[in-house]
Amino acid sequence: MCLAIPAEVTELLPDDMAVVSIDGVAKEISVALIEDLAVGDYVIMHVGYALTKIDPVEARRTLELLQQLSGEGRELQS
Amino acid sequence: MRAKAYQRKLDLKDGCVDLSHGSGGRAMAQLISGLFHEAFGNEWLARGNDQSAFDVGAGRMVMSTDAYVVSPLFFPGGNIGSLAVHGTVNDVAMAGARPLYLSASFIVEEGFRFSDLKAIADSMGEAARAAGVYIITGDTKVVERGKADGLFISTTGVGILPDGLDLSAEKAEAGDRVLLSGSLGDHGIAIMSKRRNLAFTTEILSDSAALHDLVAKMVEAGGSGIRLMRDPTRGGLAAALNEIAHQSGLGFRLQEEAIPVKPGVAAACELLGLDPLHVANEGKLVAIVAPEVADAVLAAMKAHPLGLEAADIGEAVADDHQFVQMSTSFGGGRIVDWLSGEQLPRIC
Amino acid sequence: MKYADEFRDKTIAQGLARTIAAEIDPQRPYRFMEFCGGHTHAISRYGLEDMLPPNVRMIHGPGCPVCVLPAGRIDMAIRLAERPEIILCVYGDLMRVPGSQGNSLLRAKARGADVRMVYSTMDAIRIAEETPAREVVFFAIGFETTTPPTAVMIRLAEKKRLTNFSVFCNHVLTPSAMHNILESPDIRNIGRVEIDGFVGPAHVSTIIGTQPYEYFAEEFGKPVVISGFEPLDMMQSILMLVRQVNEGRHEVENQYSRAVTREGNLRAKEEVSDIFELRDRFEWRGLGLVPYSGLKLKQVYAQFDAEVRFAMNELRVADNPACECGAILRGVKKPVDCKLFGTVCTPETPMGSCMVSSEGACAAHWTYGRFRDHQLRRAS
Repeated sequence: MCLAIPAEVTELLPDDMAVVSIDGVAKEISVALIEDLAVGDYVIMHVGYALTKIDPVEARRTLELLQQLSGEGRELQS
Repeated sequence: MRAKAYQRKLDLKDGCVDLSHGSGGRAMAQLISGLFHEAFGNEWLARGNDQSAFDVGAGRMVMSTDAYVVSPLFFPGGNIGSLAVHGTVNDVAMAGARPLYLSASFIVEEGFRFSDLKAIADSMGEAARAAGVYIITGDTKVVERGKADGLFISTTGVGILPDGLDLSAEKAEAGDRVLLSGSLGDHGIAIMSKRRNLAFTTEILSDSAALHDLVAKMVEAGGSGIRLMRDPTRGGLAAALNEIAHQSGLGFRLQEEAIPVKPGVAAACELLGLDPLHVANEGKLVAIVAPEVADAVLAAMKAHPLGLEAADIGEAVADDHQFVQMSTSFGGGRIVDWLSGEQLPRIC
Repeated sequence: MKYADEFRDKTIAQGLARTIAAEIDPQRPYRFMEFCGGHTHAISRYGLEDMLPPNVRMIHGPGCPVCVLPAGRIDMAIRLAERPEIILCVYGDLMRVPGSQGNSLLRAKARGADVRMVYSTMDAIRIAEETPAREVVFFAIGFETTTPPTAVMIRLAEKKRLTNFSVFCNHVLTPSAMHNILESPDIRNIGRVEIDGFVGPAHVSTIIGTQPYEYFAEEFGKPVVISGFEPLDMMQSILMLVRQVNEGRHEVENQYSRAVTREGNLRAKEEVSDIFELRDRFEWRGLGLVPYSGLKLKQVYAQFDAEVRFAMNELRVADNPACECGAILRGVKKPVDCKLFGTVCTPETPMGSCMVSSEGACAAHWTYGRFRDHQLRRAS
């Protein structure tokens, strides 16, 4: 079961709950599986739970690598 | 002058519909005149007959009917009443006709609050006035608690076709353009946001609106170059185009990037696992038009308040299998099929 | 949508497609199995196969827990739902999965069974609190991604001292399924089907980490790349697999580093191991009985275990003999190889689980890719 999407934590609530938001759509979810969560963090959410935080440093690294790999094709072919 | 018989006023604030309001007696008459006639206010209803007569202009007439069972009854951007007026006005308008008159029949559950019924009737009156149509006849039935989920409305509309206009799927030809009047999925998402078990909040409003004026401007611009129009309600754009494909014997090729979807709708669809192409719309239309009039019709759409985001999203092609295919934002290909079964939020 | 849109960029996708095309060896096939329903769906939705060279083939594995749920377990759930005191809470995907004789939860609901669709386990708890006079049963399915939410839910039920709540547990384990595929006679048979590498599941891996896959890479000599399921993630992962194959490596690489670590989510793993234990074996649709592949509640939580609470009998139902779901789930056959595909078996009338779930290979192919069959036929 893999449908999970990245969402921004906009509010922390009691009882291990939080409000997350994606492009103006807000939802209350459980953050019982996450440690040290702060407003502004991004999480992967699935069936009403946050599964993990997204690491912004790794995300940036991956995007840079993607750019680079994407350019390599052009070089190899020319 | 005869004295009016004493009748306690309808308690519109706290009262409810009960079975006596459907039994054909005084209570029903009072409900109809006090609530519905008040809201719809026109000369036909004032006469108080079971039926209404109207003059028929020269030319062909169009008639269409629909039932509204939406839940919840009140949603962001409208309610079952305004939806019922817009929906049937649109069905008539999709033929290119000018809508004139509506009938409205109500099946009300015992215990339904007058205040809610009044709000709904008032919305219908407003929607009808804004659309320039009259609700000239109707019916009311009351059923026992549990037999009608609050309220069901059925409306029938009649309209008049301009001379020479005969929109039909068979007229579509390979090479025709597909024009969409605006963003997809607003209505379905607005409804779903109020379904208790889905529990998400959003600013998205239903797009429920009467489209006949937009249609009139399009017909002015494109005339008989317009093959047909359809409003993508239940089943979304996917259902509408697949129906047209089968009726016309053609296929379609769409460009995903050209199809407008509001970011909030896209996000809600991701959340729920829905495809915006399958989500219902109540204020949008799709038109198949001859290539030589496509630019003019699109310009007319964009100049209209209900067509500001109109777009050319693809074309009709010869295709024995009548596939509706789409080139994805990636450049890859996929089919846009009918939705199977009821659209259930996908988890996985 | 942040962290989504950037990973869907068309220009980068086209660049990656060129890079993949430039690096493959045109003389050999590259057959990669993706093991996650989300990946199957992404491939179809974005038309990714059109962007890959013809000798790179994606094989759809049994990554969809709806697809692998056997008909017998559906029948058991229907039996539960038909009991007047029970409210059965299910995820949407389960409503149309066929049990025996075309029965389904949707049909049972139409006949009067109290089946309620929920988006989250929290909804089931809420329903149990709101209807104390009824028994609420949550139909739990899913791989390791969905198991921690079920564990948290049971914890909460315990904390709230709910006495009318239980779980019908069908949670299954990814590594066991992968193992079963690799061990199956079809795979071992030389020339029958070969898998050159695995695209590892995205969100299962956020929970279990990358460490459990190291065994496969080692034992079977196959590269594994854990992939996010945005389309750019997948294309990068395919490129990483191509490179491993070309270089003769068989390692575990983590493309989805923004969400996956080697250890995974320790808190989630602890919650799960507190509440669940392994079943000796569990039936998977199409794969038969697979050892140590399913979970059940520990005895100490028996009051929350629907199978104990309602003394449920195990029902086993044979699949339609013409249904090729089993072979398709193992990547041995394609949807078009199944006699029932597109005729008797369509998304409206699914015969087997590959067609019910929109991530099943058959449903994905029908919904998104059918037009290619006709193109291929015309070309040949």
